[in-house]
Amino acid sequence: MTAAPKARSEGESGGERGILALNGITRRFGDFTAVDNVSFQVGPGELLALVGASGSGKTTTLRIAAGYDVPDAGRVTLGGDDITRVPPERRGFGMVFQHYALFPHMSVEDNVAFGLAARGVNKVDRLIKARAALSNVGLDGAGDRPIQSLSGGEQQRVALARALVIEPKALLLDEPLSNLDPTLREAMRDDLRRMLRRVGVPALFVTHDQEDAFAIADRIVLLKRGRVLQCGTPEELFHSPASREVASFIGRGAIVPAVDKGNSAEVTIGGVKRELAIRRPKEAPARMEKAFVVMRPNSLEMSKGAGVLAWRGKVVNRRFAGGVVVYRVELSDGVTVDVESLTADAHENDNVSVSPLKGPYPLVSA
Amino acid sequence: MSVRTSQTRQSWVIAFPVIALLVWAVIYPNAAVIAGSFEDGLGHWREFWASPADHEALTTSIVISVASVFASLAIGVPLAFLLGRFEFPGRRVLRAVATLPAALPPLVGVIAFLFLYGESGVVTRVVQRALGMSHAPWQLRGVGAIVFVHAYTMYVYVFLFVSAGLERFDASLDEAASGLGASTWDRLRRVTIPLLMPAVAGSALLVFMNALGSFSAPYVFGGGLRVLSTQILNSKTNGAMGLAYVETTVLALSAVAGLALFRWLDRKRKYTLASKGGRARRQISSRRVQMLTTIAAVIIVVALVLPHLMVILVSFARDGSWTTQVLPPEYTFENYRRLFSEAELWRPITNSVSMALIATAANLVVCFMAAYLIVFRKFAGRRLLELLVALPWAIPATAIALGLAATFNRNDPLTGRVLLVGTFWILPLAYFIRDTPLVASAVESSLRQMDASLEDAARGLGASWLMTMRRVIIPAARPGLVAGGLLAAVAAIGEFVASVVLYTHANRPISMEILAQLRALAFGTAAAYSVLLILLVLLMTLAARSFEERLA
Repeated sequence: MTAAPKARSEGESGGERGILALNGITRRFGDFTAVDNVSFQVGPGELLALVGASGSGKTTTLRIAAGYDVPDAGRVTLGGDDITRVPPERRGFGMVFQHYALFPHMSVEDNVAFGLAARGVNKVDRLIKARAALSNVGLDGAGDRPIQSLSGGEQQRVALARALVIEPKALLLDEPLSNLDPTLREAMRDDLRRMLRRVGVPALFVTHDQEDAFAIADRIVLLKRGRVLQCGTPEELFHSPASREVASFIGRGAIVPAVDKGNSAEVTIGGVKRELAIRRPKEAPARMEKAFVVMRPNSLEMSKGAGVLAWRGKVVNRRFAGGVVVYRVELSDGVTVDVESLTADAHENDNVSVSPLKGPYPLVSA
Repeated sequence: MSVRTSQTRQSWVIAFPVIALLVWAVIYPNAAVIAGSFEDGLGHWREFWASPADHEALTTSIVISVASVFASLAIGVPLAFLLGRFEFPGRRVLRAVATLPAALPPLVGVIAFLFLYGESGVVTRVVQRALGMSHAPWQLRGVGAIVFVHAYTMYVYVFLFVSAGLERFDASLDEAASGLGASTWDRLRRVTIPLLMPAVAGSALLVFMNALGSFSAPYVFGGGLRVLSTQILNSKTNGAMGLAYVETTVLALSAVAGLALFRWLDRKRKYTLASKGGRARRQISSRRVQMLTTIAAVIIVVALVLPHLMVILVSFARDGSWTTQVLPPEYTFENYRRLFSEAELWRPITNSVSMALIATAANLVVCFMAAYLIVFRKFAGRRLLELLVALPWAIPATAIALGLAATFNRNDPLTGRVLLVGTFWILPLAYFIRDTPLVASAVESSLRQMDASLEDAARGLGASWLMTMRRVIIPAARPGLVAGGLLAAVAAIGEFVASVVLYTHANRPISMEILAQLRALAFGTAAAYSVLLILLVLLMTLAARSFEERLA
């Protein structure tokens, strides 16, 4: 109660739109360590995605950032101030929940105005601001509608408007797109990125979907079993995965054993040895003991018949993917790769040959 | 102070008064009864075991409860199948009146049966005259009579549970079974019945607990028959409190044993019926079967409506005029006029209404707090709280009442005793305790339907705890609060079992006045009170419904 006016005055001064930072966050539930020494920063206007499979600790991390949970170790800071133990009602963050958590007994407008009412904003100003916020998310005139009458996409926009109208110091979004059907989801990605970008505060969102992360985020923190596997731009994670685990999560490529030659790598399949241009991870040793290259469907080519120095294999699956056809080819030595091809003339059980393109291929260690 | 520990601290701050109140009102009196039964060492227990009357009471109580379960199942299950699975002329009327007995306050149902099937009841006299007999063809007393009344009022639980089970029952399950080659009988035996067992077991338990604690039917029809609940009142009236404590303890233990037995029988169930369900009712094709069904439906409808009609009819009968005739010979509005004009007769009505309102208001506040903590807070006191709000359900009302009588009979602040016996407040307290499980579970279920992140969302938007409660949690719990409040008010306004142990002349509720008028053979006045009680229940139901509709 007492804190609400304070939060408001801070919000209005708008001065400290600072960096949101998590430093060495650890959270245990009994014997289980849900979050293990996680650190990252989100700058003003930056969009950061926390990516991981379920159980990777991404939601717990988000809840700690929001103040719904307190870490056993580590600090959360905003603009340099320690807010680790500040409860959510005094953080002044905007949060969009996975199922939106819209108040079912209120109209769209009342939902959006709720945070303003909590800040003691008078009724007229509340209404004006709520309408403006709804208009910003493309929902002009929807203020009187009951929540139940909204579609999933509209509910998502209302949730976003409700989080934005309080002029939050940071935005936190829990799986913001997971409840939308695929078509809507793709359209919403662009909208969401545009709207978050405009607010100019640190935005942190959780997703299990790497395509959402790629489409929206400036940077990605990839989590597994509570630890950070890699933190970087989508391009960095895709092109220079830090480890085999990162490579297997990001970008759907075959991970094939290779011999690290420093500037290149040798891959031998079925006795056919090929030397590939590689891209090494940033902090990798000069020579890796056990090395792998990541072969993505668009870094290989396939032809019917026997090619010179090509890997021989058999098509086990053929999937039409719009402009291209993706063939799953079983090579020798237990290696199976997906190959994208513009030609559609190969079929299941056809013998084909697969050759690497120019690369470079990401090189990772076990 | 971290958020986590401050949350836990806040939980305890809210929980402490609730837990303290429930321990004081529920645990303490019952502990006092158990302790009281040992006040003379094992003396009172020996007295109990040596008393043939108490032996009879214990066995009769259990026999009546078990018989009531079977009788209710025998009516409720076939009726649920008939109405749930088949289409026939008269189905809608039958469905509409099938739950009518539940709308009769316990004592009113008993009187209605007295007017209909008692020695000088209408049906009895009609049969007697038709057969030209010199005396009544049957007597409405003893175990048979009690089970008869119980079956009429309690089959509704079975009917409602099994109907709900049938509704959730997915037609595709039956279709799958027949697709796999199962015959009709096989399907019933292997698929339908096992899947309905949870509903059957749940309702059987409810009937058992109600029958075990039932007081009005044994009290009015028992004749010389003894059951535990009436025996307790007897001992108390005779001043043998020690023995009354032992009898109360035995009654409560029987209830707990019954509960444990049902839990054990139902232990294997690990599945829930969660499907969209829905299936078309089958039209009965054979003309003859259709006719028979309709005739049966008419008979059932008449049997179900008759008690209500009878009470209404008798409420217009001039007191003292109805002696040997089949129907009351003289009719008048006098009974109602007196109810509203004579202060002494009006008193029980204001008593019942005000006591029910007080108890319900207290139930709403306390049960909402308890349900909120149980659903949303993880803290060490949660299990205790769950147990405390559910406990009164397992304790028969007579035992609850005797516990209150034994505990709040003097002022002794050091031991937490307050003199309530003989005052107005003892009955609202008793009603509050009896209705706590009902209200708490109604509120709990509506809070469980609420998305748990709504509370987080409100806090994240800067709302204080108070604002979150007022604007988010309470509106979300509203359907449960309205439904629970209605159930509590309906139960409290017609309450008889605890009232008969604890009432005084000044705060006598309607039920006690009905009994007094009955004893004075003022059948018309007793019936007028009963009709008024039914109208009050109806009025509250309509009020709750319109309140819900206006807000929704």
